[in-house]
Amino acid sequence: MRFSEILRSKPEASAFLMLAVMTLLFTFLSPAFLTYNNFQIVLQPIPEIALVAIGVTILMISGEFDLSVGSVFALSPMIMVLALGAGMPLVLAMLLGLCAAIAVALINAAITLRLGLPSFIATLGTLFMARSIAIVAAGGFPPAFPRDLDLWWIVGKVDLLRVSVFWLLAIGILLGIVLRKFDFGSWIFATGGNRQAARDMGINTARVKTICFILCSSLAGFAGMIQTFRIKAMVPTMGTGFELTAIAAAVIGGAALTGGIGSVTGAVIGALLIAFIENIIILMRIDANWFRFAVGAMIVIAVAINKLTRDWAGISKQVEDDND
Amino acid sequence: MTDIHLSVKGLDKWYGSVHALRNLDLDIPRGQVVGLIGDNGAGKSTFIQILSGVHRQTNGEVFFEGTPVDIRSPRDAMNLGIETIYQYTAMVPEMSIARNVFIGREKRKFGPRGFGVLDEKAMASQALRAIEDVGLHLRSAETPVKDLSGGQRQGVAIARAMHFRASMLILDEPTNHLAVKEIGKVLDYVRQLRDQGITVIFISHNLHHVHEVTDRVVAFSRGSKVADVKAKDTDVKQMIDLIT
Repeated sequence: MRFSEILRSKPEASAFLMLAVMTLLFTFLSPAFLTYNNFQIVLQPIPEIALVAIGVTILMISGEFDLSVGSVFALSPMIMVLALGAGMPLVLAMLLGLCAAIAVALINAAITLRLGLPSFIATLGTLFMARSIAIVAAGGFPPAFPRDLDLWWIVGKVDLLRVSVFWLLAIGILLGIVLRKFDFGSWIFATGGNRQAARDMGINTARVKTICFILCSSLAGFAGMIQTFRIKAMVPTMGTGFELTAIAAAVIGGAALTGGIGSVTGAVIGALLIAFIENIIILMRIDANWFRFAVGAMIVIAVAINKLTRDWAGISKQVEDDND
Repeated sequence: MTDIHLSVKGLDKWYGSVHALRNLDLDIPRGQVVGLIGDNGAGKSTFIQILSGVHRQTNGEVFFEGTPVDIRSPRDAMNLGIETIYQYTAMVPEMSIARNVFIGREKRKFGPRGFGVLDEKAMASQALRAIEDVGLHLRSAETPVKDLSGGQRQGVAIARAMHFRASMLILDEPTNHLAVKEIGKVLDYVRQLRDQGITVIFISHNLHHVHEVTDRVVAFSRGSKVADVKAKDTDVKQMIDLIT
């Protein structure tokens, strides 16, 4: 395959290029960047951001949007911690937390698909509602995080990494395969790429979107649990603003707001890039307030590169056809 | 007796208080190319949307190959062998030709529908053969559909319908938005379909195109059938008079 075709067919290509450039640049800027100890720090929050970004990406491919992930990121672990406090076993409490995430997803899907409101508005509503419930459920102050839980299988340390990285890898690989190699994955792309066509060809697009809403919310809930386990505390306001970070990672990773384009790898690279930027700002002792500026600039650059490469590849393809 | 492929009896469709289709009776023999003409809102789109499973009739019956059928969804229509080619071609531009040919009916290596592993090799080779069968020569089935011209897209849409052994093809304004050279290609496809004995329902605003390729012309006005004539017994001027 030629280079221009790779750029066109792989939405994450520009993010991958940026990752390579940033890694080189940051290594040059700070000798502490590419070191064992530093990566231990950088990789800590990656599974949490990346899992949410993967969910958001898949939902965006199907043509919808979820702003409520930051609130579900707090609501799910909150329900779980309260259940644990009431004496429920860990796995059951986690499932209950995930049920809360799925409930939010079903509300998002119902408002979007049955009432026909844009998912942006529907999930903006549930962003506030889910956050409110998380705080009210806590009764005004953070609930105690139970001691003596066996959490090794979720956040235990394995040398440089935490076990949560393997959860990310397993979930990411699985969903990547479903997207690219399964008929359902094809339906997700078709639904977001041209909903009318997908429907006319017999795909139940409402069902496809609902499943994507559920997947997105569940991943956000699970990611919130991972963070709760990692920091061993339940803060009702955790994840505030996280929806924007996740959407930023998805967009930097090549997901298109119009639907039908995106990849799991892109979401993970997007999450890595954001974590790298945060890290280099700390390493270089730059005022931390520049972090948002850098992420914002990266979103614009990534989308601009995507557009330019697609336009350019499109033009070179046409020239080639004309020469036939 | 002629072999009636599809017939409808007393077909009615109400959209709220709008009577979009009024008591339509129509028999279509196998292998005939029928042109549907009529102004906007005449009922021709409503009629084909009922046949392709997008909408359901309020009253009346549809008989396919002599048996009464209930077409509840596009899948039901496709399972009967009724394929619809839409003006907008029903393609996903970002997806490859192969994926587009098999949208919703993917070839699977294993696993149930909805959770099956795609057989990409089979889809690529069968898609390429299908488009070659309609006389369209493209280098690879992996080309994204957005790289094709409007006429080529219609070719792929017809190839898709033929691959799934359609016995009846509904072409809804297939020549709209096409360049002149491309229109000729699409009309050629319709002639090919007739040669293969496929029943075709051809809808177009362009009466010249309808007159050129059809055996029979059915005119609609305000939800009712107002004329049903052999194409060779009429001309474009008379057709204009029929629908206005």
